[in-house]
Amino acid sequence: MSKEITVHLKIWRQKNRQDSGRFEEYTLNGVSQDQSFLEMLDQLNVKLVRDGKEPVAFDSDCREGICGSCSCMINGQAHGPEKETTTCQLHMRSFNDNDTIVIEPWRARAFPVIKDLVVDRSSFDKVIASGGFVSVNTGNAPDASAVLVSKENADKAMDAAACIGCGACVASCPNASAMLFVSAKISHLALLPQGQVEAQKRANSMVKTMDEMGFGNCTNHAECEASCPKGIDLSNIARMNREYFKAKIASEE
Amino acid sequence: MIATHNYFTSSIGKKQIMALTGFGLIGFVLTHLAGNFFILVGPDAFNYYAYKLTSNPLIYVAEAVLAGMFIGHIVLAVLLKLQNMGARPQSYFTKVRTGRGETIASGTMPYTGLILMIFLILHLLNFKFGTEYYTVVDGVKMRDLYKTVIEYFANPLYVAWYVFAMLCLGLHTSHGFQSMFQTWGLNHKKYTPAIQTLSSAYGIFVALGFSGLAIYCYFQN
Ligand code: HEM
Ligand code: FES
Repeated sequence: MSKEITVHLKIWRQKNRQDSGRFEEYTLNGVSQDQSFLEMLDQLNVKLVRDGKEPVAFDSDCREGICGSCSCMINGQAHGPEKETTTCQLHMRSFNDNDTIVIEPWRARAFPVIKDLVVDRSSFDKVIASGGFVSVNTGNAPDASAVLVSKENADKAMDAAACIGCGACVASCPNASAMLFVSAKISHLALLPQGQVEAQKRANSMVKTMDEMGFGNCTNHAECEASCPKGIDLSNIARMNREYFKAKIASEE
Repeated sequence: MIATHNYFTSSIGKKQIMALTGFGLIGFVLTHLAGNFFILVGPDAFNYYAYKLTSNPLIYVAEAVLAGMFIGHIVLAVLLKLQNMGARPQSYFTKVRTGRGETIASGTMPYTGLILMIFLILHLLNFKFGTEYYTVVDGVKMRDLYKTVIEYFANPLYVAWYVFAMLCLGLHTSHGFQSMFQTWGLNHKKYTPAIQTLSSAYGIFVALGFSGLAIYCYFQN
């Protein structure tokens, strides 16, 4: 049975990058518990527009947990209280009548706030771009059995490739470290034969770019793993640490 | 050369050196505790052990390495912590732990570390550079460190501070021990759970070991 609840929202409002920002409070009645969290925000925005006020800016695209744009801190947790869930997959049934919900943007030097809940995550794009290309044979598509990959490694590579780059790892990390993200990107290629040719270069330059972007340093708390909507685990960070060390001692530069 | 330079200034490089020095310190703490157990055997045994240790010329090499590890560990700790604070200029207004990640031990590493640094300085002043008494064991004149130690622990306030610092050491190493394996890339389905158990066991063992000896010394007065 669907139930309608009232929620008290405390949302971060910030006009632009320069604005210092502040919380504003709204009370929203008639919120169906079958609604998703973003639909609740849509409902709020309809109300705000109707009242002649500025709607709350937030990112979203796919609304099915695969694009990673719907990023915000809900009651102090990245993507809210549920495990392995993005904000768009979060539903109002996770909340009770008369709950207060605090919504903040990701906070990190490398993720400056553009407006309200929207942050600039292009530092992630720069890390990915610095990873460069993967050498593959051109011509006809090779037989699927031409390059052998063990089932275990294929699974691990796939698990790492599940990263949607939402930034929850940075947001939840007490040090604002991006190591879970970068390690997932390094891992999904490091585990496959196709990724071997540039493996060292990739580890080297992705870590270098990560450092330049001003992310913090991992201290192995595992808050990132606990907050990741895709369940990317810490073994990826260990793999990145290995790959980076290997790259450093082997490098001639 | 550029490559090595990059490694030592990179995030991962700094962390790995931190873990390496931490590993050395963990080994040192364990041997130090083993040596301290001579207190239970008696004054002569403890003094003779300390005499043998400090009269070996290699002690200067060992002390230089140890000092290097402490300084390296502390300098990197400060550098990394400052960078981490800079990585989030504006903190969250509400932030809760997921309960599946950060622990009391991991969350207090810089603070327990700071207490250990203060403890280390006082510890050297109180014992190594403390009151010098002399005794004779087997016809050899040597420092009566046993007396210095027992005298120090006559004061219950000193015992309390010592026990507090050792609890901090236990907390610091219970996270640090397993953390250094992860930092060096050793994360394994089969071995990591065992390493984590060993890490907690190490922390509890050193905290109880050192504290227990301090309390034992108090009751020798
Ligand atoms: C003397 C002052 C000390 C300070 C200021 C200090 C500070 C720190 C800090 C800030 C960290 C990083 C936190 C983290 O990675 O979560 C750390 C890690 C560590 N510390 Fe210490 N510490 C000190 C002494 C010690 C001692 C005496 C030991 C060993 C008995 C030790 C062993 C470790 C280990 C093994 C790590 C883990 C390295 C890693 O993350 O991989 N530390 N320390
Ligand atoms: S909107 Fe795409 S993951 Fe949430």
